[in-house]
Amino acid sequence: MVLDKKIATRQSYGEALAELGTENENVVVLDADLSGATKTSIFAKKFPNRFFDIGIAEQDMMGTAVGLSTFGKIPYVSTFAVFAAGRAYDQVRNSIAHTNANVKICATHAGITVGEDGATHQMLEDIGMMRTLPNMLVLSASDDFQTKWIIKEISKINGPVYVRLSRYATPVIYDEQFMMENNIEFKIGKGIQFGDGTDASIIATGITVAEALKAQEILRNEGINVRVIDMHTIKPIDQELIIKCAKETSKIITVEDHSIIGGLGTAVCEVLAEKYPTKVIRMGINDVFGESGKAEELIKKYKIDCESIVETVKK
Amino acid sequence: MKVTDIKELKKISNNIRKEIIKQVYNAQSGHPGGALSIADILSVLYFNQMNINPKKSESNLRDRLILSKGHGAAGLYAALAERGFIPQEELKTFRKINSNLQGHPDMKKTNGVDMSTGSLGQGLSIANGMALASKMDDLGCRIYCILGDGEIEEGQIWEAAMTANKYELDNLCVILDHNGLQIDGTVAEVKALDCLESKWESFGFNVILCNGHDIEMLINSFEQAKQTKGQPSIIIAKTIKGKGIPFMENKSEWHGKAPNNEEYEKAMKALTLEQEKIEHNISELPGKEETIWF
Repeated sequence: MVLDKKIATRQSYGEALAELGTENENVVVLDADLSGATKTSIFAKKFPNRFFDIGIAEQDMMGTAVGLSTFGKIPYVSTFAVFAAGRAYDQVRNSIAHTNANVKICATHAGITVGEDGATHQMLEDIGMMRTLPNMLVLSASDDFQTKWIIKEISKINGPVYVRLSRYATPVIYDEQFMMENNIEFKIGKGIQFGDGTDASIIATGITVAEALKAQEILRNEGINVRVIDMHTIKPIDQELIIKCAKETSKIITVEDHSIIGGLGTAVCEVLAEKYPTKVIRMGINDVFGESGKAEELIKKYKIDCESIVETVKK
Repeated sequence: MKVTDIKELKKISNNIRKEIIKQVYNAQSGHPGGALSIADILSVLYFNQMNINPKKSESNLRDRLILSKGHGAAGLYAALAERGFIPQEELKTFRKINSNLQGHPDMKKTNGVDMSTGSLGQGLSIANGMALASKMDDLGCRIYCILGDGEIEEGQIWEAAMTANKYELDNLCVILDHNGLQIDGTVAEVKALDCLESKWESFGFNVILCNGHDIEMLINSFEQAKQTKGQPSIIIAKTIKGKGIPFMENKSEWHGKAPNNEEYEKAMKALTLEQEKIEHNISELPGKEETIWF
């Protein structure tokens, strides 16, 4: 674990795309006038003929991607999560998910950590909206290394994928050496467990994984042993791991930069309610819209930072 | 199989109309009006214009058709059955449980359907993507997209129109089924689509005006679109909603209603009479209909 080096997953996305473009000539990229922010500009520079800027027209972008996919292209479409999942929801539902189109929706700027842009740009419902769509795979990347793996891995899957990425520069968790030493392997649908503490399980996704790991460290110094789960795949969710955590630990806490309604917390509750009834504490944005501020300030105010996790574990 | 004989194409249109009525009657639900208005367009596309082969329905080199106004499904299925993509028998299952023939076209269930549609306004963007892909790989496919005139009230259509212009998609041919009616009344009343021709022109389209029931004129319009380079084309086809069934013609209430027994008999009688007229070359000349032109 490196944790002190910080990279926003949107940056990792742009870099991974450019690499993937060399490996797979069917990969095409579409953006809606945000290529500088989503970092698809890195791909655009390298492969101008395979990059399409559709302009401020997210619905049109989704449809164009579907058309390209029917000819064997592998479109990666990018815009902010609020536009990808919100603005273009009907296009994602009917043109992409219903037709099982091979379109990869890479939505950057998800969550409250968008920061200063405020509520209209802070997408807090996308996991809920996307995971209720049949055929849709839903991923939420926690760091630079994982994002790069996800972006390449999903090119091998034939079908729609929603990848949730952030603007917020987050600590790098993984690298090759760390993966090797700890025998960690990324696999779609399989969460990653850090530690085997039994005082609590903190199930996190995206930017909150690093917060949970920081909390784990603080708690360890106080003699409280928790385990952290990086749940990078929201759908299909790792039921086995969730049930195992419920059996082995005395507390289940979920934490996400997303509404507590419909997101990771809900997904965990669904599994446990059916398979192993357990009390779950859901940390996340508590059914309110966000506001402007620095990402660091917002995660504190909305209580998804490491200190809030520590407090919740101790309660 | 290219049908060039106008009389033959008229017969095909009439068969498509019969199958539309039968499907909607059998299902006791569906959208006869907007399916009947595109019967001649479908007949020309499937039997005269499109490079398709039912035996190679998955070929990447085939031309594509997106029925963006997906509620015209009964027309599309009738054309696909007539052309041999799906068994004629299957038309009886239209809109019924466990059927391949869904209320709106489903590419995963029906052979020959190039794109699932139903939520209006989405087809043109997808057609653009197809046209772009064909150009990227130099496949030479032509992409056809049928829009309803009510449908173009959706904003996404105009987003897509700008994209088609930006990428100079001359392998794209849009057909606007301009029947002038939508569910709540005339298109003019509901949203006042003025200056249709100049609207599309200003969005960079080569605009071709056409009587959507005149087979010869339709063929010429499609040929003209093919010759146009460097910009997309749109054929604004003036049509009659419910065309071919006198009591349905120009009546918005037949947008989404099934005929009862008596109405069914009456409709089929009208189409049988039309068939005889076609056989004896006394079918009414198209274009004579009393209808408002643009």
